[in-house]
Amino acid sequence: MPGLGTSLGRGGATTAQQDLSNADAILIMGSSMAENHPVGFQWVIEAREKGAKIIHVDPRFTRTSAMADIWVPLRAGSDILFLGALIHYVIENNREFRDYVVNYTNAPMILREDFRDTEDLDGLFSGWDGEKKKYDPESWLYRGSPVKAGDDDNKPGHAESSGGHGKDRGGEAQDAGKYQEDRTLQHPRCVFQVLRRHFSRYTPEIVERFCGVSEDVFLKVAEVFTSASGKEKTGAICYAVGWTQHSKGVQIIRTAAILQLLLGNIGRPGGGILALRGHASIQGSTDIPTLYDILPGYLPMPSSEADSKKLTGYIGKHSSRTGLWSGFEKYFVSLMKAYYGEAATRANDWGFDWLPRITGDHSHFGYWLDMADGQLEGLFVMGQNPAVGASNGRLQRAAMAQLKWLVVRDMVETETASFWYDSPEVKRGELSPYTIGTEVFLFPAAGSAEKAGTFTNTQRLLQYRNQAVDPPGDARSEAWFMYHLGRRLKKKAAQDFRSRNHGLRALTWDYPVHGKHDEPQVEDVLKEINGYAVRDGKQLKHIKDLKEDGSTACGAWIYCGVYPEEKRNRANERHPNDLLGHGWGFAWPNDCRILYNRASARPDGTPWSERKKLVWWDEEKKEWTGLDNADYEKHVPPDRPAKVHDGHGTEALGGARPFTLHPDGVGWIWVPSGLKDGPLPAHYEPLESLIKNPLYAQQDNPAVNKRARSDNRYANSPGDPRYPYILSTYRLTEHHTAGGMTRTLSHLAELQPELFIEVSPEFSSEVGLRHGEYATVTTPRSTIEARVMVTPRMRPLQIDGRVIHQVGLPYHWGYRGQVTGDVVNDLLVISEEPNVRIMETKALLCDVRPGRRPSGAQAIEKPLTKERLT
Amino acid sequence: MSVTAFLTDSTLCIGCKACEVACKEWNHVSEDGYDWSGYSYDNTSALGASTWRHVKFIEETPVPGLGGNASEQTSWGFSSDVCKHCEVAGCLEACPTGAIVRTEFGGVFIQPDVCNGCAYCVVACPFGVVAKNHGDGRAFKCTFCYDRQKVGLAPACATTCPTESIKFGEISQLRGEAQQRIQVLRQRGLEDATLYDATHTSVGGIHAMFIVRGDVRAYNLPPNPEVPTRYLKKGWMSAAIAAGLLLGGTVLAFLTQPATDAR
Ligand code: SF4
Repeated sequence: MPGLGTSLGRGGATTAQQDLSNADAILIMGSSMAENHPVGFQWVIEAREKGAKIIHVDPRFTRTSAMADIWVPLRAGSDILFLGALIHYVIENNREFRDYVVNYTNAPMILREDFRDTEDLDGLFSGWDGEKKKYDPESWLYRGSPVKAGDDDNKPGHAESSGGHGKDRGGEAQDAGKYQEDRTLQHPRCVFQVLRRHFSRYTPEIVERFCGVSEDVFLKVAEVFTSASGKEKTGAICYAVGWTQHSKGVQIIRTAAILQLLLGNIGRPGGGILALRGHASIQGSTDIPTLYDILPGYLPMPSSEADSKKLTGYIGKHSSRTGLWSGFEKYFVSLMKAYYGEAATRANDWGFDWLPRITGDHSHFGYWLDMADGQLEGLFVMGQNPAVGASNGRLQRAAMAQLKWLVVRDMVETETASFWYDSPEVKRGELSPYTIGTEVFLFPAAGSAEKAGTFTNTQRLLQYRNQAVDPPGDARSEAWFMYHLGRRLKKKAAQDFRSRNHGLRALTWDYPVHGKHDEPQVEDVLKEINGYAVRDGKQLKHIKDLKEDGSTACGAWIYCGVYPEEKRNRANERHPNDLLGHGWGFAWPNDCRILYNRASARPDGTPWSERKKLVWWDEEKKEWTGLDNADYEKHVPPDRPAKVHDGHGTEALGGARPFTLHPDGVGWIWVPSGLKDGPLPAHYEPLESLIKNPLYAQQDNPAVNKRARSDNRYANSPGDPRYPYILSTYRLTEHHTAGGMTRTLSHLAELQPELFIEVSPEFSSEVGLRHGEYATVTTPRSTIEARVMVTPRMRPLQIDGRVIHQVGLPYHWGYRGQVTGDVVNDLLVISEEPNVRIMETKALLCDVRPGRRPSGAQAIEKPLTKERLT
Repeated sequence: MSVTAFLTDSTLCIGCKACEVACKEWNHVSEDGYDWSGYSYDNTSALGASTWRHVKFIEETPVPGLGGNASEQTSWGFSSDVCKHCEVAGCLEACPTGAIVRTEFGGVFIQPDVCNGCAYCVVACPFGVVAKNHGDGRAFKCTFCYDRQKVGLAPACATTCPTESIKFGEISQLRGEAQQRIQVLRQRGLEDATLYDATHTSVGGIHAMFIVRGDVRAYNLPPNPEVPTRYLKKGWMSAAIAAGLLLGGTVLAFLTQPATDAR
């Protein structure tokens, strides 16, 4: 989550869902929260009942809009225009929370003379290399900040192969503790003034013309939301994949972060940015990552291209002099000790050489395309159903046919496990079980009630779950599978002395097991994640206990404290004693429910107001106290001066710098390093768009990797007469993602039994669709059919003098389960946003015709794998 | 043992259908068939033998700048329907076998082991709640989670509802809360908020009250539900009159027989 990570320090929601009830206004955008997070939505309802205004910005009128006070339909993909105009509104009407902005953000920092804005370069920032198609971010640094030493390849921002998750630390390119500032915010090159110029053309008129939102409605939203600011009021923003799944998703989230920093809404009750996660433990799966480019706790996975071969180089590059990342070495060495135990010594760089290196794009799309080209032999698929759940399903399935073996672990036989005999390609005769050489192994998996473990939910809350029943038959937990697979691999490695096996041989892999199936004790895994002293095995209590001398082991530094002593599993505690839920589970870090909460008090340590108090300085006890655990050095008084220019560690931040992960201790309106597509967000059109970029000559995000190829084609942009309508895909309350877990349950399958396309009455008469009949939807990737739902909840929009139509498709169906339907993901294109390599699903172009699609062999208009099959 | 009720507040309902699913899960009720209705997001369509909670979706045309909570519009209303558990219950009065009883909690309960499938109750319900099951023909409807209430638990739907749209509690207390809620909503500008309780008709009040906006008929709630037995007196009266008339006519026929017949 580099959008939040670079702006604020940590890639996680800044607040807790319960805290939404404290808000005076809530902006929900890029999310249908009521629809996809109905349980958390109770707090939005509670806020509304207490008088908060709820704003929902979404092309469709959804169940969330039905609960909102203001619904704003806009053109899909125009989010940065809309949010940029809110920033413009704040600055031009002096709506920023001045005291907060001056003290707690980098608005006063002065930028380098050689920086050029998108206003100067027609949509590009300085540093663009048109040949390599990437930025050199050096000119984005603060004026006066020395660039960190390192050879050319070792410069941050240059690591082509790694994604952006590892960049959450920010500030790697420079010593950001050294800077010049103008606290009056008047200097023409200070961040605040650069920001003002950058967004100067994001006006209400532009919003009306290109988002399709009338000026009246825009101004109403601007007035309501920006009023939720200042000492007495706060506003919160909720988003989900409606923001992330764009070719500029990270920058949309950045725009929200800038807005909230200007309004002083981060770290305060009822404020914040809530990143709503779509699965039970998606936050957990970036904290203890299933991602290829980070290690637990957002430590970067070393890259063969961009990282020094030496540990000292790696540590030097990724730690900063001041702030929490000054402890990088402690976090890293403790992780190595958890991985390799006694085998990790100072002499062997704690096993640094045993860690795999990133050698290319190993993201889902990266290796899937390699697979399609026959470069992968085998694949494990766990907790995923890419045959119907990932973009460009035809390519996904064709790629699996290139494998030698495929292991699928799931509760049911998913489409991924069965693609070789019942996929649409087989039915159409493009693929055949007789020619697919892939050997598929299907392992039955235990359900969540059939195994113990933790979820880390959308608000960074770890909740332990006890096992309720034994899994049936041969079904086993993931922990069982991985643990025993690891044991077998280690056994093999023990006899094989090739250097590639050193790491595997050194790995500690000895969890106690229990029960008749030798299930590993997952609570012991959690204890290891928490960390312990190597000498006596005593659990660590706090991140501060971590050491860089190899005397502590810790599986993920940010989780330290979740298991602080023997027999105390805080994730399993169930005694909530306040609104924020302290006593129920454990929120990382240090059970802080609201991040950066030092910002809820003035620089002098007293609350901004009685109504919005959260954490404050207790002069008697000489510590930070209040309604939450302070996300701050507990005993550092507010008046201790900062020594960021020459000091070291977190102490150098002094007593009034709430954003402790940043070397300068403030929130970053401006991101000097850590992002691949610019220090500020700029509006780019979606990769497939109906219109030309109204603001710049640069049409779309220049740093995107489009991955265009014959089996992954794009519509022409701007404007392709073959594909004249905008398409968004999304979820419904009744199903979960591609439906693997819900289409199989009768009580859920009956609630939404069939795929449908939502269209406006105007559109249906223009195209000749009839409610309840079928429509055929085509993109350059595929053709599918869906039942027609004509509803006034969809609206055509006036964009720059002409009418444009948007249609919507929920993507829950596939070719197995109680209810089946065409695979909507087949319509999507594989594209990679530069920072996190996510695809664009919310704004694509399509054609819609009445009637059913052709079936069987007739439907093969562009066979994907013909050459390979013949 | 207190007399209990539901208060379903549609202004809090987000249409998530968790209540519908929780009901089916707890009561082991089967799905209703996989039919896409095309009627908004409602595919279970109505209360029936296998749907005891049913979430209705009422679509109108939304206006940009206004959400569904704005006083100027209700653009997509949701309301979770259920058996009303009437004070004077048509089904209970019509049941010839005594299968339908009133429980100690004030609910109306069909004993499945006594029901013989005659379906008198189906036509006697003024709300169209009771329905025959397609398999064995017996009548089914919401049990008011009698089994849960017996052990001190709230019904499954009320327990699961994330927004407290379904409230459950002692009936007079809930009636008080409902009145307060209406006041609050009206103060907020939702002048069209009303409490549906049917106390003014022969049904005599219900144990499943609703707060809705606008015309109750949009939510498929009859404005004046009446128990069929109320029509009994009228029915018997007309029958008596008809019988009288018939008798009179016959007698008259004899009396006025033309003398020529005798000839
Ligand atoms: S569970 Fe509650 S919010 Fe969800 S549909 Fe039922 S009544 Fe409405």
